[in-house]
Amino acid sequence: MDKNISANSIPKVDAEKFAFVQRSEAIHDKKLDTKPVGYFKGAFKRFCKNKGSVVAACVITALVLFAIIAPWCTPYTVSYSDNRFGSARPKSHLFQNTSFWDGCRKASVGEIPFMRYYAMGLETGHNAIKNQEYEVDTGLNEESGREEKLYTFRLDTYQLNGCIYKNMSDEEYQDIQRYQNETGIQVIYPTVRLRDRPGGGNAPDAGGDANYYFRTKTGPGGKTVIDYGPNGELVKVYAERRASAAATDEYQSLRIEGENGFEKSGQQYYYVYALIAGSGWECRVNYYEYYIYQHAKANDGIKEPFFLFGCDGQGRDILTCLASGARFSFLFAIAVAVVNMLVGALYGSVEGYYGGKLDLTMERISDILSAVPMMIVITLLKYHMGGASHILVLFLSFFLTGWIGMAHTTRMQFYRFKNQEYVLAARTLGAKDRRLMFKHIFPNAIGTLVTSCALIIPSMIYSETNLTYLGIINLATGDITSVGTLIAAGQQALSSAPHVALFPSLFLVLLMLSFNLFGNGLRDAFNPSLRGSEG
Amino acid sequence: MYMFKYVMKRIGLMVLTFSVIMLICFTLIKLLPITVQRQQGVDANLMYYKLEARGYIKDLIYEGSLVVGFSRVPIMVQLWNYLKNIFLHGDFGIGFSMASYAMRPVLDVFLEKLPPTVLINVYSTLIGVPIGLGLGILAALKKNKWPDQVINIVIILLISLPSIVLGLVIQYIFCYKLDWFPTIMESGYDYFSWPMFKSMLPAVFALCLGSIAGYARYTRAELSEVLTNEYMLLARTKGLTRGQATFRHALRNSMVVIFPSILSEFVAVLSGSLVIERMFSIPGVGQLYLDSITYQDYDFFMLLSGFYCLVGLLAGIIVDISYGFIDPRIRMGAK
Repeated sequence: MDKNISANSIPKVDAEKFAFVQRSEAIHDKKLDTKPVGYFKGAFKRFCKNKGSVVAACVITALVLFAIIAPWCTPYTVSYSDNRFGSARPKSHLFQNTSFWDGCRKASVGEIPFMRYYAMGLETGHNAIKNQEYEVDTGLNEESGREEKLYTFRLDTYQLNGCIYKNMSDEEYQDIQRYQNETGIQVIYPTVRLRDRPGGGNAPDAGGDANYYFRTKTGPGGKTVIDYGPNGELVKVYAERRASAAATDEYQSLRIEGENGFEKSGQQYYYVYALIAGSGWECRVNYYEYYIYQHAKANDGIKEPFFLFGCDGQGRDILTCLASGARFSFLFAIAVAVVNMLVGALYGSVEGYYGGKLDLTMERISDILSAVPMMIVITLLKYHMGGASHILVLFLSFFLTGWIGMAHTTRMQFYRFKNQEYVLAARTLGAKDRRLMFKHIFPNAIGTLVTSCALIIPSMIYSETNLTYLGIINLATGDITSVGTLIAAGQQALSSAPHVALFPSLFLVLLMLSFNLFGNGLRDAFNPSLRGSEG
Repeated sequence: MYMFKYVMKRIGLMVLTFSVIMLICFTLIKLLPITVQRQQGVDANLMYYKLEARGYIKDLIYEGSLVVGFSRVPIMVQLWNYLKNIFLHGDFGIGFSMASYAMRPVLDVFLEKLPPTVLINVYSTLIGVPIGLGLGILAALKKNKWPDQVINIVIILLISLPSIVLGLVIQYIFCYKLDWFPTIMESGYDYFSWPMFKSMLPAVFALCLGSIAGYARYTRAELSEVLTNEYMLLARTKGLTRGQATFRHALRNSMVVIFPSILSEFVAVLSGSLVIERMFSIPGVGQLYLDSITYQDYDFFMLLSGFYCLVGLLAGIIVDISYGFIDPRIRMGAK
């Protein structure tokens, strides 16, 4: 025996000392410790590994939830509009004290408009100028083209109406007074006689403007300018009456502070709160409070003008419109995708399974159909279905051009699998065509179909947005609107109110981005062999 | 020879498809009622006479001197008349319900509107192809390093950004905030002047950003696959530098796939983007098409639909055919 080995190797053990591990018990296969992983479970596991896709899936869920829940959470409806709040900025109570998302926009104006805004806050306490804070600069006024004092401030778009002259019936007038007495909130303010309004109520730039409750005169170029008092203060021109004279306004409610009768040249005076107009009254109401009063009376759930995403030019609530547009888009896209998938799968199965001449004919038909541009289909359908709703037109045209892709996918899968041994085996065992098609071959196509279904939804929402943007399809009737219509409206006001376009665009971008990532993840999950082949 | 047959077969199929689509389109259009826009200062009957001369209607019914009714010519006869006019006189019809183009030959108006559409697309391709290819090549060469990752993120973002939003962002930033460009395109026919070019630029940017992302993604995928081939290793062992090997072997081979896609994209963009043309008020074919849809001007609609359809079909077969020309393997292997 070799010396080296004997020196290093295991010490000698006697043969008797060896014993069999098991002598009596039989050896069995061990039970698997892990659970079996099925096709869908595997796909799900692979999907979860892709972080980007999971995030995208969460974003999609959030968008869907937004579309479902948001219309119920706002008191507004799609058909609601109030153009006095046109282009109102997005406002959130959380951001009240910041200079972002506070319902204000930056404004830089000359002296007269500034004083008008400033006086609104002085009179009613509803500050059109946020916190009555402003900065004065000398700069070029773009309107007049001259160097002058420029006031820069944050203009509260919910308060810039200030007061308005409102004609109302006697009933409503009394009702507002009752409301004022109950709540202690001033809605009606002392009115101004016609002769004291700018230009006697006829000035082209400010005639009917109820916010000139101070003395004005006609300046150069027919413009309304402020007529300051001797100390540079605003001179109030509220309508007055002597206490001894009979009250003409039947006003029995809150009077503005410190006014309950005042001395003037030795006599007692009162302010007048309404002027007779026809059979009713013309009052000067603060629009913000009047709005609250109106909606409190209508009891429609609107507590105050408050638009989280702001308003468009006509004063529609963007949040409500966007959410219901999104809801419609999702529902519509899913409905079309399901129909497309059913028809496509059936068509593709028949094509792929039977092959030969049938396949050739059916392929030609779908070839020709797929070459028809979407625009032509949609236009012809629109012309021929003149009276029908545009939703139906859209549905039909998406269906007519959409199912072909699905059919193609299914057909490919059928060609791949129909000649495999297991199909042959099943056929030898006596399986009928239908069983072979849908029980044995079709399940192989499900993965790709699901993926293409997920990918087709955003592309459908995208086309729908484009078509409604172009105005070819108009879905904006009654309580339905669409993202494309909103974007088109936003583009009109892009320079003055960018927020109108912002939110619908943001929605679209988030949707597209997350669906893209989600679709990629889904494709990788269902077809692990394709992973990463496309960039 | 095989190639010739293949090309002929593809073109034949395309012509067949095109004819079937246009036939369906024509039939469906002719089933619609004819809307005649009466215009001030124009003889009210003139439009009917024009339609009658074209062989669309016959047997005019008069009430006094005014035409109040007519009967329609059978659709197949109308089709025959329509085709006869096209092939004998190059006459595609006249506009009869869009006020600004009433009575004008459809083809003339179309040719007049074509230059802006083609120009913005040519510019966008000229800008998009080099940048897109460059980004794609850079990403493939630096695969999985930071330039690749940055480019990938940019690509995903650009591809996901819908062109509506892209257009809006460009319009907002460049036209309103920075005030560099006018918001709508300059009018007139002086297409190569500086103000005109400048006014086209926002639309060109909006168009080319999307295609840049497409080219870059495609190039990156193709090139990075080619770079892993063994002949690349051979090229390096022969003594070629990395740059030489990349440009002479890898890039050339990846072009086999990339070039046809550029070509087809170029043809496809001829039809332009309706959305971009609408957004930037380009007085091009897109606007004309949308107007013809709104006002139901059928002759315009037929011509423009044919145009869009043809462009789409051409873009499709160009890829197939050019594969055969560029790549000898496909040509030979197919035998």
